[in-house]
Amino acid sequence: MEYLLSSIGLLFCPLVLLYCQDRPDNPPFIESPKEVDYGYQVVVDSLEIPWGMDFISENELLITEKKGELIYAVDGQKTQISGLPFVYQRGQGGLLDVALHPDYRNNKVIYFVTATNTENDDQGGNTALYSAVLNLEDFRLDDLTLLYKATPNTKRPHHWGSRIIFDDQGYLYFAVGDRGQRDITPQDLTTDGGKIYRLHLDGSIPQDNPFVGQPSVKEAIFSYGHRNPQGMFFHNEKKEIWLHEHGPRGGDEINISRKGLNYGWPVISYGINYSGTIFTDKTHQEGMEQPFYYWTPSIGPSGMAISTSDIYPDWKGNIFVGSLTFSYLERLVIENNQVVKREKVLDEIGRVRNVKQSPEGYLFVGVENLGIIKIIPSHENLSTSL
Amino acid sequence: MKTFLLLFSLSSTILFFTVQKNKPLKESIADGEMIYNDFCLQCHLPNGKGVEGAFPALAQADFLFKNIDRSIASLKYGTQEPIIINGIEYNGLMVDQGLEDQEVADVMNYILNSWGNSHPHMITFERVQSIKPND
Repeated sequence: MEYLLSSIGLLFCPLVLLYCQDRPDNPPFIESPKEVDYGYQVVVDSLEIPWGMDFISENELLITEKKGELIYAVDGQKTQISGLPFVYQRGQGGLLDVALHPDYRNNKVIYFVTATNTENDDQGGNTALYSAVLNLEDFRLDDLTLLYKATPNTKRPHHWGSRIIFDDQGYLYFAVGDRGQRDITPQDLTTDGGKIYRLHLDGSIPQDNPFVGQPSVKEAIFSYGHRNPQGMFFHNEKKEIWLHEHGPRGGDEINISRKGLNYGWPVISYGINYSGTIFTDKTHQEGMEQPFYYWTPSIGPSGMAISTSDIYPDWKGNIFVGSLTFSYLERLVIENNQVVKREKVLDEIGRVRNVKQSPEGYLFVGVENLGIIKIIPSHENLSTSL
Repeated sequence: MKTFLLLFSLSSTILFFTVQKNKPLKESIADGEMIYNDFCLQCHLPNGKGVEGAFPALAQADFLFKNIDRSIASLKYGTQEPIIINGIEYNGLMVDQGLEDQEVADVMNYILNSWGNSHPHMITFERVQSIKPND
């Protein structure tokens, strides 16, 4: 759930008592830290919706603003990069994630996902993946290449995804949300939307993708039955594709995307409609994967990273997820393949849109209407303390 | 006299087409409800009451009726200006939702005529089209 606090449901519950059947809160319940031994520093200020970011170096960032700006920031100084394709602004759609090619150092290639319309059909838009060469002498994109365009276009404002990640085998993964067409896209392999896609780095479709060769299918599909993934990372230790996706009211999920599997949306779900009505009474079905974890109430998850450094001693191996709804960064502790603890980091900081680990191992967080902030342990010098 | 007649028929023709171009208020309100449900409801809530201090109320909001053009501008271009609505200050960001001008007119007509709100003058496509960012 993207904008609204499902807890607000409580406010109008009495009015619609008959329909108010939120499932019980799912443990472990969110905690506030007993001791805060970290603070933060704003490293890039004055951003509206810093949707995506990646690191050219520790102090050089590439940032997307949803409204259609690609920004190069060095030591906090921003320069806009020209040469983006048409960015379609519609509801949750706009310029989304950006990622450097694994061999960026040598080839200067970047990838980004955006809502767009390449067909000039006045039918709205859909999510597209592009690559380009980043020219930092002239602050522009060269060799802009469309690698994938989800179809058909629609004016629905919802659920575009997306994040871009890479595994260690030379594959690129990205997501497209169900485009507000719950009952059409996620379970249909012949149409785009509600899917995780896997491509080679040049945009070609791997011949070992799960549905290659089947009639009419979108062969770039890697897994399906997703709602709206806006956080992904490659778990280097486990060699797994981790993601989360917005649920409706209740039922945001963490899933581990595996080749060819169906994650069940909207046939199974732990959520209900925003209006309080039920769209499915099933949480399990054969042939559909259970989530690794689900959030009820919804936190409105966006951005996802794992801390693998020694900078924050107690956080190694923990998962970090932004909460748009509750305006904090969430820390999830995983033991024996289960979420055993959830804690607020940076409570009330603002709508957390993104989180990523820097090359040196710091956590950088994109906060709406604020900017990019860096979390710093207390024993280091702080400009701003909590 | 001839000139007058010519002008008269010309202007009535223009008037006729202008009126024709705008859908009836009832239809605009109905279309606006769908836009509201897709773009606005999650923050401003189904009852238009918003969330105090976070998302402004639209139901019986004094600000809205006194600042219709500014409200249209906020819908078209987004807004970040602090505003006071029914005595409560709001300092949030509402981004441009990418609505087409006709959709802005429709959703304004829905908002201005829902939850106890009522507004005698229909918001037209032309009015929305004419509004610039600083209005």
